[in-house]
Amino acid sequence: MKRSLFIFIIVALFFALPQSGKSQCKGYAKKICKAELSPFTHDGNYHAAILTEGEEAELYKTFYSDQEYRIAICGAIGQSNIEFKIVDAHRNELYNNRNEDYTNIWDFKLDSSQQLKLVVKVLKAEDETEEPQSGCVAIMFGFKVK
Amino acid sequence: MANNFYRFKFSMAFMLIIISTLVIGCKSGGKGDKEPVFDVDMEEIDEALFDNINQAKQIFYSMPSPLETAMLVKSAGAPYNEDLLNSTENTGNYTTQRSMALNLGIYTCDLSFASLYDQTQTSISYMAAAKKMADGLGILDAISEETLERLEENVNNREMIMDIVSETFMNSSSYLQENNRQALSSIVLVGGWVEGLYLATKLVDKDSFEGNKLVTRIIDQKLSLNIVMKMLEGQKSDPAVVDILNDMNQLKAIYEKISVTTSAITTSKDEETQVTTLKSETKNNFTPELFAELSAKVESLRESYIL
Repeated sequence: MKRSLFIFIIVALFFALPQSGKSQCKGYAKKICKAELSPFTHDGNYHAAILTEGEEAELYKTFYSDQEYRIAICGAIGQSNIEFKIVDAHRNELYNNRNEDYTNIWDFKLDSSQQLKLVVKVLKAEDETEEPQSGCVAIMFGFKVK
Repeated sequence: MANNFYRFKFSMAFMLIIISTLVIGCKSGGKGDKEPVFDVDMEEIDEALFDNINQAKQIFYSMPSPLETAMLVKSAGAPYNEDLLNSTENTGNYTTQRSMALNLGIYTCDLSFASLYDQTQTSISYMAAAKKMADGLGILDAISEETLERLEENVNNREMIMDIVSETFMNSSSYLQENNRQALSSIVLVGGWVEGLYLATKLVDKDSFEGNKLVTRIIDQKLSLNIVMKMLEGQKSDPAVVDILNDMNQLKAIYEKISVTTSAITTSKDEETQVTTLKSETKNNFTPELFAELSAKVESLRESYIL
């Protein structure tokens, strides 16, 4: 009986923990990351993932001409910096926050609409003696209402 | 002996549960495991851009939200026309998950469109219609009574209204994603996107086709259609998605007739405002005939979605 209960708890935790991580990620995106978009209007989309140091996420999005955008990347992973770069369809790197002390926001506008790739990477913390840490990384977009 | 046999069976069953869970868990994260083909119809495209795609743990295809779609129509100078919106009286027609998801997107786009033109009473009606769709989909508290009250209290504050619309949309889509209903979340986005495209095609002034910003917006949707297709292809196991993917393929067949070429992008940062401009030029071969063909297809798809 005790053994069955133990197994039930293990299996339940296995299903419940990722769900709990997702919910915490949403809460983090909503409370912390959305504020970074101000004074831009959040587009309402929600992109967040649990990443470990050294891991990458990619996002593809069309950005439209004559619009002003803000990208906000927020993460809660120990002391790790989050690098993000923007790459065009010709594989040219248009922006990398490494050159701006890993700032978490970037404001830009476009002369013509483009499909761009955003690559986000959680860098390994300088203190490599510790186990790699994981946490929520949220990517959010804002635009200026005209 | 019998005891050992049952213990063995019990252990095997437990192992099977754990292995199955791991396998299902790995598959459900699936989006990131697939190798997408990123096909933008531009000159000199370098497919090598996607060489490293498998290194990414997670891949997102970000479609324009209904709010962004409506804003793109408005910022292109389109006039407001309430007759084009999906009537709120139609809410009772939507009884399936698919139709409710599509029309959650459609009503959210209409709500955003009305809000951007300061049509406050219409905005409130459309928020109520979106709430009915969200409630029908079992999206708890995405749009609460309190949300409707906040909307009414802020009728003269467009910024606040846009914030409420954005928040309710985020609540709906994140609820669906967190509850492993990604297919429905994608269908909501498709509904909003098709509605935006419908409004744009209907509001184009056909007498000033050349240099018309709204026409440019319609052409630009060729880029977003690529993302729509990639997003839906990742969820083909859902029958509702297969139908919509077929619809999008019909749209794609027309968009493929439109050739868009772009020059290389250069960047320039304004040190005062800290805003970077991505400079480039595009050309296209869009004609009034292609516009008519595209408009007719968008209208028929939208007609089938609003029932």
